[in-house]
Amino acid sequence: MNFEAVKAIYIFEMARMRRTLLQSVVSPVLSTSLYFIVFGAAIGSRIEEINGVPYGSFIVPGLMMLTLLQNSISNASFGIYFPKFVGTIYEVLSAPISFLEIVLGYVGAAATKSLILGTIILATAHLFVPIEIRHPFWMLFFLVATAVTFSLFGFIIGIWADNFEKLQLIPLLVVTPLVFLGGSFYSIEMLPEFWQKVTLANPVLYLISGFRWSFYETSDVSVTVSIAMISLFLALCLGLVWWIFKTGYRLKV
Amino acid sequence: MQHAISISKLSKVYDSGLAALQEVDLDIRNGEILALLGPNGAGKTTLISIVCGIVNPTNGKVSVQGHDIISEFRAARELIGLVPQELHVETFETVWDTVSYSRGLFGKKPKPELIEQLLRDLTLWDKKDNKILELSGGMKRRVMIAKALAHEPKILFLDEPTAGVDVELRKDMWQLVRRLREEGGVTIILTTHYIEEAEEIADRVGVINKGRLILVEEKKELMRKLGKKQLTLDLNDVLETLPEALGRYDLDLENGGERLVYRYDTQAERTGIGSLLADLNRAGISIKDLDTEQSSLEDIFVTLVEETR
Repeated sequence: MNFEAVKAIYIFEMARMRRTLLQSVVSPVLSTSLYFIVFGAAIGSRIEEINGVPYGSFIVPGLMMLTLLQNSISNASFGIYFPKFVGTIYEVLSAPISFLEIVLGYVGAAATKSLILGTIILATAHLFVPIEIRHPFWMLFFLVATAVTFSLFGFIIGIWADNFEKLQLIPLLVVTPLVFLGGSFYSIEMLPEFWQKVTLANPVLYLISGFRWSFYETSDVSVTVSIAMISLFLALCLGLVWWIFKTGYRLKV
Repeated sequence: MQHAISISKLSKVYDSGLAALQEVDLDIRNGEILALLGPNGAGKTTLISIVCGIVNPTNGKVSVQGHDIISEFRAARELIGLVPQELHVETFETVWDTVSYSRGLFGKKPKPELIEQLLRDLTLWDKKDNKILELSGGMKRRVMIAKALAHEPKILFLDEPTAGVDVELRKDMWQLVRRLREEGGVTIILTTHYIEEAEEIADRVGVINKGRLILVEEKKELMRKLGKKQLTLDLNDVLETLPEALGRYDLDLENGGERLVYRYDTQAERTGIGSLLADLNRAGISIKDLDTEQSSLEDIFVTLVEETR
């Protein structure tokens, strides 16, 4: 294992976060605070408790997931797309490192950034609403598993994309709608029966539901199914990344 | 004898159907400076990219100090440094950080004193904290060389290192290349369009055209074998036509009849100079001055490429 290389990529990527502190940290914190003001304080005060949880507190896990998913994808996709775009990828490809080490460096850094953000958002939310974490281990499990899985997904998008438009395409057109419709701001019980069934096809629902369960022991679907789903996504992403490096897809000709 | 690099039957066909390399065999000796010459699209960069792991070969084998570039890629790549043709640099990083990053990427522990020495050698020390986007093109080229040398490679690929750089930097690079070989025993493979570059620093010259390695030869030997010499004779009196007595010589009358140019093969048993001078004397043609000139590597290169068209 080439630990020095993993460390080099990791530190290099984390340095990018420090350079773009305003964009990387302040912007998500600001947008989350706005969600709390609008949904938590303004509209939320007129909404009843959901499954015994005040609305403001209820949306915290969903908001954390929203930030986690968006940032994991954007950090990891940009992290690998930019060297491709400017051509510096030649150095990574010609270095004595395996695909696993490249992924550990890039995805590790992207997931770390997302985890830092998730923690900041949790702290910010705590300023607005009371929060209870009943299952800290599972909360941490969902947090880490989601950050890693979606950083891997972002890494795949970054390799697939051959222009900036494609880089934004999936996060904007697929991921954001799935997060919003996956029960970030509501319980699916609040939907008509037909739409409840449709929502079950949304993979993000399982992540938010499991994550919310770790906070308040209330969930839309069984927590076992949530754990199985996140494990399945992780395995799928790992498989895809392995295939990319085996074939050199969009990296080597 | 173990070669620095051993290439056997190497071929590359891109998805577009372009055969960039066709059954290339090449052994590169330890500690030599090999210049690869060839027109644009000849396959030079593809060859380098395969050895460095950036492009997948279609067929053939490559080993670096005996390590196969695919099955033993770690051992092979650790030995290689690459300065690519294009200026690929991390625009927003500082010079120090990007060079240190390159060392880490190749699995080497930090060694600030080495990075400092490199930056000083490449006159980048006073720019170490500058972001790369603030540097000139020539400075960026130096940064790329520093990055390639940061992990102390034993083999260095320079893909057209002096393309678009000024004379001063070009001379600096030649000096650096010589020093790397003399002090560190580094094997250097450079591709270039500047024949004078190959002529100046290479030990051996390889010529690639249309994906085929036409020849690899000691530079001196190549020039001796393929180099033609010409003898220029400035005449005292203008000559309207060549006398019949001189018909057996490869002579041209130039400069309005004031100059005779005689081309001869340096490899021939007899150059014919002695008999030519005697015949000129016999024909009553008196000579004001004479000069000899050997064809350059550029002439040889052009001839070779023309022959394979």
